[in-house]
Amino acid sequence: MTSSDLNWGAIVIGGGHNGLVAAATLAKSGRKVLLLEAGNEVGGAGRTEEFAPGFRVSAVAHLLNRLHPDVVKTLELERHGLRVERVDFVPSVALSKDGPLVLHGAYGEVLSGASRSEQSAWKVLRAQLLRYAGVLKPFLSRRPPDLAGMSLAEMTGLGQTALALKKLGKEDMRDFLRVLLMNVYDLLDEQLSDDRLKGLLAFDATLGSHLGPRSPTSLLGLYYRLAGEIGGLAGAQILPRGGMGAVVAAIRSAAEKAGVSIRPASPVAKVIVEKGRAIGVVTQNGETLRARTVVSAINPATTILDLVGPREVDTGFVRKVKNIRMKGDAAKLHLALDRPPQFAGVGVAGHKGRLVIAASPDHVERAFNPSKYGEFSPEPVMEITLPSLVDASLAPSGACVLSAVVQYAPYALRQGWTAGKPQFLKAIMAQLEAYAPGIGATVRHADLLTPADIEARYRMPGGHWHHGELQADQMLMLRPVSGWSGYDTPLEGLFLAGAGSHPGGGISGAPGLNAARRIIAMRA
Amino acid sequence: MNQHPTIKPSIDARALAQSHSRTLRLGTPFQPRIDALGLKQDWYSWAGYRAPHSLWDEELEYFAIRSQAALFDISPMTKYRIEGPDAEAYLDRVTLRDVTKLKPGRVHYTAWCDDEGFVLDDGTLFRLSATRFRLCSQERHLPWLLDSAFRYEVSVEEETEVVAGLALQGPTSFAILRDAGFAGVERLKVFDLAEFAHDGATVTISRTGFTGDLGYELFVPADRALSLWDRLMAAGELRGIRAIGYTALNRARLEAGLIVANADFTAAEHAIRADRLRMPDEIGLGFMIDPKKGHFNGRRAILEARAKKTLRHVLVGLEIEGNIPAEHAIVYYRRSQEVGLVSAAMWSPMAKRNIALASLQRPYGDTIVDDLWVEIYAMRELQYQKLMKRAKVVPRPFVKLDRRTANPPADF
Ligand SMILES: Cc1cc2nc3c(=O)[nH]c(=O)nc-3n(C[C@H](O)[C@H](O)[C@H](O)COP(=O)(O)OP(=O)(O)OC[C@H]3O[C@@H](n4cnc5c(N)ncnc54)[C@H](O)[C@@H]3O)c2cc1C
Repeated sequence: MTSSDLNWGAIVIGGGHNGLVAAATLAKSGRKVLLLEAGNEVGGAGRTEEFAPGFRVSAVAHLLNRLHPDVVKTLELERHGLRVERVDFVPSVALSKDGPLVLHGAYGEVLSGASRSEQSAWKVLRAQLLRYAGVLKPFLSRRPPDLAGMSLAEMTGLGQTALALKKLGKEDMRDFLRVLLMNVYDLLDEQLSDDRLKGLLAFDATLGSHLGPRSPTSLLGLYYRLAGEIGGLAGAQILPRGGMGAVVAAIRSAAEKAGVSIRPASPVAKVIVEKGRAIGVVTQNGETLRARTVVSAINPATTILDLVGPREVDTGFVRKVKNIRMKGDAAKLHLALDRPPQFAGVGVAGHKGRLVIAASPDHVERAFNPSKYGEFSPEPVMEITLPSLVDASLAPSGACVLSAVVQYAPYALRQGWTAGKPQFLKAIMAQLEAYAPGIGATVRHADLLTPADIEARYRMPGGHWHHGELQADQMLMLRPVSGWSGYDTPLEGLFLAGAGSHPGGGISGAPGLNAARRIIAMRA
Repeated sequence: MNQHPTIKPSIDARALAQSHSRTLRLGTPFQPRIDALGLKQDWYSWAGYRAPHSLWDEELEYFAIRSQAALFDISPMTKYRIEGPDAEAYLDRVTLRDVTKLKPGRVHYTAWCDDEGFVLDDGTLFRLSATRFRLCSQERHLPWLLDSAFRYEVSVEEETEVVAGLALQGPTSFAILRDAGFAGVERLKVFDLAEFAHDGATVTISRTGFTGDLGYELFVPADRALSLWDRLMAAGELRGIRAIGYTALNRARLEAGLIVANADFTAAEHAIRADRLRMPDEIGLGFMIDPKKGHFNGRRAILEARAKKTLRHVLVGLEIEGNIPAEHAIVYYRRSQEVGLVSAAMWSPMAKRNIALASLQRPYGDTIVDDLWVEIYAMRELQYQKLMKRAKVVPRPFVKLDRRTANPPADF
């Protein structure tokens, strides 16, 4: 019997971390699961790769700050090598010509480098942000409410949110509703005065989206960030040892243990549809594989428009899918450095953390402005990590890896990235040089991935962080499109399980887990 | 010699540029002829065109359909030209019926739905060749049709203005076409179409219509419209050809049991109230649904509604006692419980019955068909007389004429 004759319980398309989580969860429920990954390695944007001889780095996502606790628990990731301890939490450092400001612990439990009054203002604002993010948290992790056919468990989840809202108290509740759709810029202006702190928060709120801090609803991005937790603490972050690939390796190991068959280098070309039902897939090399359930953990638009094809679904649905906005603005920079750089005024612990260049909310806004017109930021904002300081094995001895996420680099650069890329790299290096003088001279190799590169290399359309903008009109019941936010699709037997589905992107595993749970609940 | 246009005082130019504001409704390519015959000046707006309710006498116009030949201008009907190697596959996905079974030279009546399975419109699909179609409908659908064309090798163009249309309906219609010199027209069976030469161009003639009678529809380039009209009128003079307006046609179509969008059901894009939307099964178009054909818009929703038995309405033909038309009357169960509404009604001279189309709430009209009543308000010398009349669910069409399908067509 060839494998084509086998009938799988479920075929998962895409071995990003969400695909792995979905596959593992389904396999644990007793299903026979096959996972097909296009690349030679699983992990998607969560891989660790060598980018220069002896230098390895988290290929795209580098900071772990939202791996969902249910994923860790369900897949027993700790038994598969995931280690998250409090000592691993790394600080965020707001770089500035006036000297840095540091948020220690879980998103600034302690703030240093700021005035007394700013410290107390931050304490109040931090508590408020976490409280409000906490209200949204159940919404931002579970399957979005499907008002028509909600299960008891889902009702309970909604009830919890209602309860959390109630616990806020009347004044807080009003304020929660007041600020919900505000822009982060104005909110920060209300409560803080230190530009460094405000710049960092404005950066975090807009990271991975096509919004500037002054864009309406930009505060939602900050809530999304703070609804994530790691090691049981909201807002915490770690630089995983071994890079993000190590986190993926733990999930992969759980998947294999659960019996998932993993096949890399097997891009899926087509989802086979018969009479409105997905019954299998055809790989790019022509192999037909049949399954009871097909789970797509790749981009939703790619799934529907390319793998399924518009002919098998309705016009209105195609309209919605075509309209999902997903043009990324985040670039990724990898530098192989002769030696660790020295960021002015930053201590040892700070260098092991996340270093943010976003001097003020205005700086972030100015960096955003050109992206609206297809131009990159002349003075980009960025988040820098030096992962080899946390895990020395990532670089040859004495040398150092720098990994940075840089905004704004519009996917569709008007002048084209062939011409634009060297210019953008120059702009980034100028920024780095300003904060870490001398860094330029130590660069052995530089690898800049524009959103267009990320799209091509990691099969992320638009190079988009979330596989679709995570803005109010593309969140919750509207993600990936209205009417189909519950991981199922108009095709029976086809489910979506990637970051393009609710709640969204980041290394969380939440879409993958939710999708698998949905499938199990539907007995599909 | 060079002609230099003289610039006239601007007032003329401006008045000219604004002339559209004086044209309240567009004329069709046949307007000069119709205006000349429109003794009653009884116009209405058909998709923005000036169309006659009646030209000279409603009753006689109706009887022209049934006992002579009636010429009705269908130019305002929305027409799309759909062409390309994927045209068949495209239309099969957009519309309900199986387009792969529609052969070149054939026409079928079909409908199309949105994702929720609600009917956007019904219309006729003409297959002009393997790769070329004409879709005719009441409403406009270009954005929907274009969005549906994504990833199909097909072009969709509206041709409402450039193609003029005429319906020639009634017992003498075949003889008129033959006498007008359209050789071979006798070979057209019902729902066949063919092309014929006319005035240096081509006219597409199909044996179709909206009357349930022997009849044809003719499509010509707009600039050949008047010569076609004249050719038919001349040939039909001795066979009683008459131009007619919509009122007469509307009666004939009711006798034939045919429905009209936004009269007998509300098209999905027009409906404001959620409970006005209708699935094909709810307006008598369930026969078009073919679960075995390839995917079509609304399939999932339609089959789900069938499986879950969530269909809420049904469209039925009624025969009502007495002879007072029950236009827009409320339908009752056991004389008291409101269960639906009549959308069209008339005393049928052909059937000699008082007939109506009505939308009922299931199970009434579906499994419960007894004890149905309609409440008619009959105006009698400035006073309403309320009549409670018994209604019986009957099959459609109300009038079935052998001459509609007879081959060869009868030579009256
Ligand atoms: C510049 C940048 C920086 C980021 N930084 C962070 C960060 O620091 N922390 C964080 O938490 N998140 C970060 N993210 C977001 C995070 O990387 C993504 O949200 C996340 O990787 C999405 O995971 P996924 O499994 O849903 O999809 P992906 O990681 O995109 O995985 C999809 C997988 O499917 C495979 N695939 C695609 N098409 C096919 C096909 N036809 N057949 C078979 N397989 C296919 C791909 O090869 C890929 O392996 C960043 C994103 C970007 C763009």
